[in-house]
Amino acid sequence: MAIEVRIPTILRTYTDGQKAVEGKGDTLAGLLEDLDVRHPGLRGRLITDEGVLHRFVNIYVNDEDVRFLGSLETPLKDGDSVTVLPAVAGGSR
Amino acid sequence: MLELPREMVDRIVAHARRDHPDEACGVIAGKEGIPTRVFEMENAERSPTFYRFEAKEQLRVWRDMDDADEVPFVIYHSHTATEAYPSRTDISLASEPEAHYVLVSTRSDDDVELRSYRILDGVVSEEEITVT
Repeated sequence: MAIEVRIPTILRTYTDGQKAVEGKGDTLAGLLEDLDVRHPGLRGRLITDEGVLHRFVNIYVNDEDVRFLGSLETPLKDGDSVTVLPAVAGGSR
Repeated sequence: MLELPREMVDRIVAHARRDHPDEACGVIAGKEGIPTRVFEMENAERSPTFYRFEAKEQLRVWRDMDDADEVPFVIYHSHTATEAYPSRTDISLASEPEAHYVLVSTRSDDDVELRSYRILDGVVSEEEITVT
């Protein structure tokens, strides 16, 4: 078994157009490293140069926002489902 | 060009007026280029100069659209003191390449300013809105 990761439209250029891909890892950080092997560049869209989750990307594990689960250190196990959604945000400044 | 039924336009303008002076935001789902339903979203920032969809609500709505074979057809938000034109922040954060970005300005009590744009790779192109 593996971890299913749902990819939003704007990032499907990294997954050959696939809506969902599979990966493995004990933590979210590990999963993103694993995904980057087969989908180079994807990780760089989710994590900043400083190594933290990008502020305007939402990642959910089993529908929970990882900001409340431990961010990149969120533990994962086989069968978990991960969803990536770009935040919808903006402002008048 | 963006075609929207009058009732949807009225609804997003009413939403923007109601949340003024904070920015209001939401999404209109669509299927095969036809707008289907309006989701008024919570602005997690509750700010007069910034908006952000509340993360869990966004997941719920995106899932709901996915299950119904819908896409985010229109993403709308209001500017409460400036014109209905995408700001630099709006442009840099635009994340739905296939959506119409609709802006409502509530800076005037009397006039409704409602404009639509495509935002792709940092390039803004305005498009005409036809109300049906």
